[in-house]
Amino acid sequence: MEVSSKYAVQMHGIVKTFGSFCALDHVDLDVKKGTVHALLGENGAGKSTMMNILYGLYQADSGKIYINGNEARIKDPSAAIRHGIGMVHQHFMLVENFTVLQNVILGSEVTNRFGVLNMKKARDKVEKIAEQYGFDVDLDAKIEDISVGMQQRVEILKALYRGVDILILDEPTAVLTPQEISELMDIMKSLVKSGKTIILITHKLKEIQQSSDACTIIRRGKLIDTVKPQEVDEEALAAKMVGHPVRLVVEKTPAKPKGVVLEIDHLCVKDKRGLDAVKDLSLKIHRGEIFGIAGVDGNGQEELVNAITCLSRAESGTIKINGQEIQNTTLQNVIGHKISTIPEDRQRRGLVLNFSCEKNMVLEKYKSSPFSRHGILQDGEIKDYTKKLVGDYDIRPAGCGPMQVRSLSGGNQQKLIIAREISNEPDLLIAVQPTRGLDVGAIEYVHKMLVRERDEGKAVLLISLELDEILSVADTIGVIYDGSINGTFSQDQADEKTIGLLMAGGKQNAVNS
Amino acid sequence: MRLTAKILKKPITSALLAIVCGFLVAAIVLAAAHYNPWQAFGALFSGMFARPKYISNVIIKATPIILTGLSVAFAFKTSLFNIGAEGQYIVSAMVVTMLGVKLNLPAVIQIPVLMVAGIAAGGIWGGFVGLLKAKFGIHEVITSIMLNWIAFYLSNYIVNLPAFHQPNSTGTYPINQSGYIVLLPNWKTSPQGIASLEKAPWLKEIMLKTDVNFGFIIALVMAVLIWFLLSRTSKGFELCAVGYNKDAAEFAGINVNKNLFDAMLISGALSGLAGAVAVMGTNPHNISTLAAFENNGFNGLSVAFIAGGSPIGCIFAGLLFGGFLYGGQTVQSEVGAPSEIINIMMGTIVFFMALTKVVQVFADKLAKGSAAHAE
Repeated sequence: MEVSSKYAVQMHGIVKTFGSFCALDHVDLDVKKGTVHALLGENGAGKSTMMNILYGLYQADSGKIYINGNEARIKDPSAAIRHGIGMVHQHFMLVENFTVLQNVILGSEVTNRFGVLNMKKARDKVEKIAEQYGFDVDLDAKIEDISVGMQQRVEILKALYRGVDILILDEPTAVLTPQEISELMDIMKSLVKSGKTIILITHKLKEIQQSSDACTIIRRGKLIDTVKPQEVDEEALAAKMVGHPVRLVVEKTPAKPKGVVLEIDHLCVKDKRGLDAVKDLSLKIHRGEIFGIAGVDGNGQEELVNAITCLSRAESGTIKINGQEIQNTTLQNVIGHKISTIPEDRQRRGLVLNFSCEKNMVLEKYKSSPFSRHGILQDGEIKDYTKKLVGDYDIRPAGCGPMQVRSLSGGNQQKLIIAREISNEPDLLIAVQPTRGLDVGAIEYVHKMLVRERDEGKAVLLISLELDEILSVADTIGVIYDGSINGTFSQDQADEKTIGLLMAGGKQNAVNS
Repeated sequence: MRLTAKILKKPITSALLAIVCGFLVAAIVLAAAHYNPWQAFGALFSGMFARPKYISNVIIKATPIILTGLSVAFAFKTSLFNIGAEGQYIVSAMVVTMLGVKLNLPAVIQIPVLMVAGIAAGGIWGGFVGLLKAKFGIHEVITSIMLNWIAFYLSNYIVNLPAFHQPNSTGTYPINQSGYIVLLPNWKTSPQGIASLEKAPWLKEIMLKTDVNFGFIIALVMAVLIWFLLSRTSKGFELCAVGYNKDAAEFAGINVNKNLFDAMLISGALSGLAGAVAVMGTNPHNISTLAAFENNGFNGLSVAFIAGGSPIGCIFAGLLFGGFLYGGQTVQSEVGAPSEIINIMMGTIVFFMALTKVVQVFADKLAKGSAAHAE
């Protein structure tokens, strides 16, 4: 494509290799001024590498970059900022115990001739920017006290304060609640309206359709296509991204629930600060049923799971598995009662990153036969067992057994946990945010596994912040708000609007009548 | 290039590089103080290797610090920092001396009794730290340091009790001979023994002029045992899982607190064994009033670092350290340079070991560079 000042960013023929691995192979990207341009690709497709080159964190092996029609050499991030390029990383770079204002001006403070800070002037400038783009932030709040969504706004504010015209957002919605996502969309719209250009790195199809004017798809370091998102449907986008057709709709037959597996009765749990987090919560899950809990983060989901797994004390109420009370015993006992958990934070709770895949595969079973005999680990058995599960669950690379689990991609780490937990043959499988941070292909896989377990007569408890996921996977949907279930629906009765209202604290009766 | 990168990535390479840096820095310091570095290093090595008895003494000197090194390395694998090896060593030496003076059983009973008592004393001292950490979350470094001082003053108190104190000396009575783990103590001084040893002068020198004892063999066996425990047993699996990621271990149903306690117990027991071996194996087979820490435990920290936390590596790191400690005396006597130069060298080596990561990064760069070159 010709170089023109109509485009804010043009990257032509970008090649980047790491050792013998080709991360980007002659990729082109042309971003029109005043638009939102999405960069879509699976984890590891090269989209972050592409943006890191634009932001000067990496140098391309070959290829040219043009900013507003002029060739630019960007050798480091400060050069990128001089060219008007700003980047908001997935993991925020903020000083926790500084205020919002201090964080925004950090590194380009307004000072007088003697190097003394002029906070008044700085505040005026930041306030003006915040007002212009409709940011609602308290400049004097400390970062550690504000929500993740707010912190992200501070990052964007930081970029705007430095006079950025081109803003790169790296997976901005990965950490946000649904409300915060829609607020972010509004902010993006107002930025574009005032002439800014946004490049959005993401693998979430729905967001692209909602927000972007153009979408460039990268797969395994190669440019696949650039499309107008409104002109193609989600499934076509997904197919371009992963390279084969993807079923976004979870395929399953109607549930055939049988006996009750998990019965929770009037459960109360306190959180770490000693406040009531789960309040008088009751629910029942049957064999052959996926029970989905929908809710905004922080409404007691974490404490509920902790109580079932005996990591938190139940203040009152009972938790029964197959009729036996298990509350306030030990996690060993819970595992013994055939409950398996896919934890929310896979790297903190689910895996020992420094251990090999083999060791992680037997993390709960290392002590029992055949994996250890008389206290001595049976490496051969562990190796064979891992090899079998790696094959069955298509964990890649195929020879990952002796490799550190740290070196696997997020999706494959999750597959390993799923393989491990399902192979425990549980009666109840608890899956907490099982698809967080995964790409479309891996998400499809995880959902298929959950449905398969259900069809084999297991009870599945699915907790997710993604309402879409709950709506498409769960047979029965419970909405959690402020520590209790305030509405239960079967899948065919559930509609997004009603549940959304309940998630925000509305009353079911008011909605129904 | 690729080969270089591969070699650089081996942990042993960074240890060797650190040692070379240790010598370089020591050379600079020596030169600045107007000593000839070559002469000093020559004295150091001749003090370590020139005569059979030197080599024997290096090994004897290394034995307790291999064990305290193992103790620290083991705790390190479970992410605990056992700075209390010193106190565990002192307490064990004290208990072994007390029992060894008062008991006089046949050697086959006396030796195991003393050994077990020393191990138990160190284990209790370490286990207490683990207990405080598991029950109340008190950091092990703080409690260990306090217990080091408690051990120090307790030992000095015991030394001066009339029941143990040898008049006109700074120490206690030596333990009864039945508790010695010296190699063939009676035979080697008997006429037949001396006659047989005449045939091999080097052996005679080692046997008669140094305290050849079973301690080194015990240290070797322990190193292998600890390696086996950590890498081949389900207990080791648990300990390492807790060390690497407490949260995941807990979530997999592993009892985290129990493992913290066990790790400190075993670590303490290893330092206790070091104390027992020292008293039972080497002259003067007693303990003396301490004016300052003797560093048998603290040197274990350096040994564990140089070994990169590897149990087998502790053997070599311990020998290196033992060699420097022993050979360092020669530097002072022959060249006149203060033997503290050895401390500078050891400090530098530990410091450069901490910089190991840099070497790894460099190796990665090199590998990348060569890959790009190949294309």
